[in-house]
Formats: sequence, C-alpha cells, structure tokens
Amino acid sequence: MKVRATSEDRLTQIVLIGLALTFLAFFLLLPLVAVFSEALGQGLGMFLEAVQTPDALAAIRLTLIIAAISVPLNVVFGIAASWAITKFQFPGKSLLITLIDLPFSVSPVVSGLIFVLLFGANGFVGPWLAEHDLKIIFAVPGIVLATVFITFPFVARELIPLMMEQGKDDEEAALSLGASGWQTFWHVTLPNIRWGLLYGVLLCNARAMGEFGAVSVVSGHIRGETNTMPLHVEILYNEYDFVGAFAVASLLALLALVTLVAKSVLEWRFDLHSGASH
Amino acid sequence: MNRRAVITATIALGLAAGPFLAGCTSKPTDPNAIVLTNVSYDPTRELYQAINPAFAAFWKQKTGKDVTFRMSHGGSGKQSRAIIDGLDADVATLGLAYDIDAIATKATLLPADWQKALPDNSSPYTSTIVFLVRKGNPKGIKDWGDLVKPGVQVITPNPKTSGGARWNFLAAWAYGKKAGGSDAAAEAYVTKLFANVPVLDSGARGSTTTFVERGIGDVLLAWENEAFLAEKELGKGQFELVAPSLSILAEPPVAVISANAKKHGTEEVADAYLRYLYTPEAQAAIAHNFYRPRDPKIAEQFKSQFPQIPMVTIDKDFGGWAKAQKTFFDDGGVFDRITTKK
Repeated sequence: MKVRATSEDRLTQIVLIGLALTFLAFFLLLPLVAVFSEALGQGLGMFLEAVQTPDALAAIRLTLIIAAISVPLNVVFGIAASWAITKFQFPGKSLLITLIDLPFSVSPVVSGLIFVLLFGANGFVGPWLAEHDLKIIFAVPGIVLATVFITFPFVARELIPLMMEQGKDDEEAALSLGASGWQTFWHVTLPNIRWGLLYGVLLCNARAMGEFGAVSVVSGHIRGETNTMPLHVEILYNEYDFVGAFAVASLLALLALVTLVAKSVLEWRFDLHSGASH
Repeated sequence: MNRRAVITATIALGLAAGPFLAGCTSKPTDPNAIVLTNVSYDPTRELYQAINPAFAAFWKQKTGKDVTFRMSHGGSGKQSRAIIDGLDADVATLGLAYDIDAIATKATLLPADWQKALPDNSSPYTSTIVFLVRKGNPKGIKDWGDLVKPGVQVITPNPKTSGGARWNFLAAWAYGKKAGGSDAAAEAYVTKLFANVPVLDSGARGSTTTFVERGIGDVLLAWENEAFLAEKELGKGQFELVAPSLSILAEPPVAVISANAKKHGTEEVADAYLRYLYTPEAQAAIAHNFYRPRDPKIAEQFKSQFPQIPMVTIDKDFGGWAKAQKTFFDDGGVFDRITTKK
C-alpha cells in the first residue's frame, strides 16, 4: 500500500512539474527567445546600430531619468508610509492602506487620463498652468507623475508586512536607551528592513522603466523628447522597423532578467537574514 | 523624538521633489533657434523625415535662423484629442479635415475657417483608397463587388477611431451607391462588406500589421501611400496593389495651430513651413513618398507611378466632413446601425 501511495504521488509530481514547465516554456521562455533572436536576427551590427539611433538613445535616457526620479520618491514615501502605518495608531489608518493599494486596482490607462483631466489644457488646473507657462502633461513632469502614481505601492506594500511582523520593540529599546529618532531609524529600523526595501526598490524600478499604458496617455509621443523605451518599441514596430523594435525590447527584457536574478539573490539573503533573526 | 524623523523625511522628500519641480518651467529660448512641433498622423513619418531637413536648409538660407523639429505621430483622431488636451503643436498635419475642425471647435486654438488659409483646401498632398492583396491575387479580387463574396476576409481599421478607415467606409459607400443606385443599396452593400471584416484595428498601421505581419485576411483596404509603402518596405512580390473602379479623393489637411504658434512666437515660420509643402521640391518629395502631389507639373512627372482611378470627393458627394461625420460615424449613425445589425 505504502509503495503504491508514493508511486502515485510521484506520478502527480511529474505531471504537475511537467505542466508547470510546459507553461513556463510557452509563455515565458519562448517569447524571450523570440525577442532576442528577432533583435539579433540581422546580426550584432544591426542591433547595435538600432539601439544607437538618436531617438533610441533619447528614449533610453528618458527612461533612466524617469526611474531615477520616481524610484527615490517612492522609496521615501514607502518608508514614511509603512513606518507611520506600523509604528503608530491614528484614525484613517485603514483608509491610508487602501489608498496605497489604489494604483494596483486602477487600470494604467485610467491613471494616465486622471492626469490629463487634472493638468490638460481643459483640465482643472490646466488653464492656470498655461498662464504661468508651466508644462506638466505631454512633457517630462507628466510622465514622472504618471510613473510615480503607478509605482506608488511597490515599496510600501513590501515594507508594511515586514515592519508589522517586526513590531516596534527594537525601536522602543533604542529610544529608552537614549537614541535620537534619527539614530533609531538609521541604526535600528533601516538595517531591519533593508532586504525588504531593496526588493521593493527593484520591483518599483522594473515597473517604472516598463510602464506603457499610463505613460502613453500623458506622453504626447514627441520623438527624442517624450518617448520612453516601451513607447519607442511600439513606434518602431508600427514603422516596420522590426530589428529596431526588438532591439529596444530586448534591452527591456534584459532589464527584466537582471531584476529576476537580483530578486532571487535578495530572496536568498532575505531568507537567510530573517531565518537568523528568529 | 519621532517627530524629528518625520521632519527629516519631509525635507528629504522636498529635496527629491525639487529638481523635478524645477524641470516644469520651460527653458529660455534662444532667439536664433526655432523649434517647431509638428503633430501628425500615422503614415507620414517617412514623408516629414524627407521634408523637414529640406525646409530647415531653406529657412536657414532665407532668414539665417536654425529650425529644429519635434515630430509626434499617432492615429489622426488621437492626435487631434491630444492637441485639444494641450499637446503643444505649432502645426497639425492630420488625416482628415474633421480632426482639425475638432481642434477649432472644441478648443478654439485656430479659426473655424482654417481650411481657407492655404491653397487646395489646405491639403498639399492627396491620396486615395486602394486594395492590397496577397501575391497572385488568389481570391481574384478586382473591384469592390468582390469584397462581399462569401469567404473573402476584408481588413480595415475601425472608422470610429481611424481617419483612414473613414475614407475606406465612404469609398465603399460611394461604390455601393453607384452600383445599386440608392442610399438603401449603399447601406446594404456596406453591411455585407463589414460582415466580412474579421477584426477592426484602431488605426491604419495596426490594420497593415494585421494583414502583412499576422497574415490575416485576403484584402486590405488601405491608403494608397500606405499600400505602396507596405509593398516596398516588406519586399516586392509578396503583395499586389489593386486599383478599384471607383475610390475617394482623400485630402489630408495641414494647419497652423495659431494660438500655440502665437504663444511660441513661431507664427511666421509655421506658416512658411506649411507653404513650403506646395513648392516643387516638397511636391517631388511628396510624390517620392507615394502621396499624390497637387502641383500639376510634378503630378505629370510622376503620372505613371499612380493608377488612374475615378474618384468621388467628400465635399461634392458627401456634403463635407461635418455632415459625413454626423451621418455615418457619430454615435447612432450609419456605422453603428450596420454593425449592430449583424
């Protein structure tokens, strides 16, 4: 009986693993291979040429700028919000948690339209902005705003459960021993959350660079100026420049791969760390 | 003590936001460097890539000033919407007059009679609607009548969102009306035609990709320039262009968005840029990019390039864009009626 039970288990195991692997191969591996083979299909020279056109370089630069602004902003916000939520009691706390999750549940296109409604020429503050010669929508600030909105929850969502679990005993101990608020944060809280924080930053960054929908709505698609990498991929594809489109797409895919590896390393360290502390 | 941490965090946030806010203010402009923003529709990328440097050289020679261009391309209706919402276009070069009318009526950024500002209805180039079929024309498609045969799949974008698709629809209507002799016959014809459309993409380029790359459909209804481009860019011999017995004269218009140009101080150069499109040099570039030139001499020169097709016009046969839009494409119009019927 026992032998039969294990053999049945093994069969289920094999079927399940096989299913998962087939799924993975079809939906992840195959597209990934397709992207790279299409990008390099005409040779490495064509690939390098495609990613070095002025418009492609401008798109890469813009994408990096957007990430460089929105990720730090959301790190600061994420730490502040999760600190407030986990270490203090205050009215409206659950509302704040719900609000932080909002960008996850709203379609990115709607997120983009919100900013058009707010800052567009016929929006709520549009006429005032026009009067003062400030440009938000169809310019870099609009893209930054949309990206910040979209990537809002990533850091906070990562930190809140972690800080909740850790409680505030360590901080209270530090404070009772005479540490200042800043010292407590720097020497107690930050080391406790660093792996979770890094993980959040990684996810935040990946989304900031890859966001298409919201950015597409607020960008205005001006070549060399307000086109991010994902938008540039679409444009190149629509212009029958398949090598170019897949070359830029492969850069984005490369970013995803780097993120994946970094994520695995972090998870491993994270487990090690939290395992050691328990 | 925690309060201090909160204060520090606030300051950090402020510091992070500082450069971002500073980026909002527009840069001071060098009086000798002019930047012109041209917001255009999908298929004109190659055309303006040819024309912009030529105009820059012309303007430099004439005034000693440098012009650089910011180009934005997208579906005609979408681009119109973006200008209304504040995209800083100095000039709009869109797929059909209705989309510029919308900018004039919904945002009053240019006068309502903008189409009289330049010659030929402010359309320096024209095009028409033709068929693109697969090599050897396996389904034997010669004319509009063949499109409604059972088993023929027709690819066209959605007239609700695409300028090109609206031209397609009206050309089909004109054929149906001529063949059947009445509006009712025309409606019966387009109903049958759209029953043969398996997928409605949102823009002309999307449809071309569906037909060419994804291999769906037997015939693509396309801008003539788009059909030539697809044939040329994707290797000769894979596709064949079929000229129907009747089509429509498509007039993609251009206009200075005067409120924006005034704000940027680019009125003069924007006007000169659009007028430049009518010069023989620009007209030749237009013909090279498979648009039909307006200049009779250049048209004569490139005569063999374009098939001879009898054409109806939007003004004579449909009473202008405002009327056609209302009758056919607005909510509750003919297009809604025929697509819900099936």
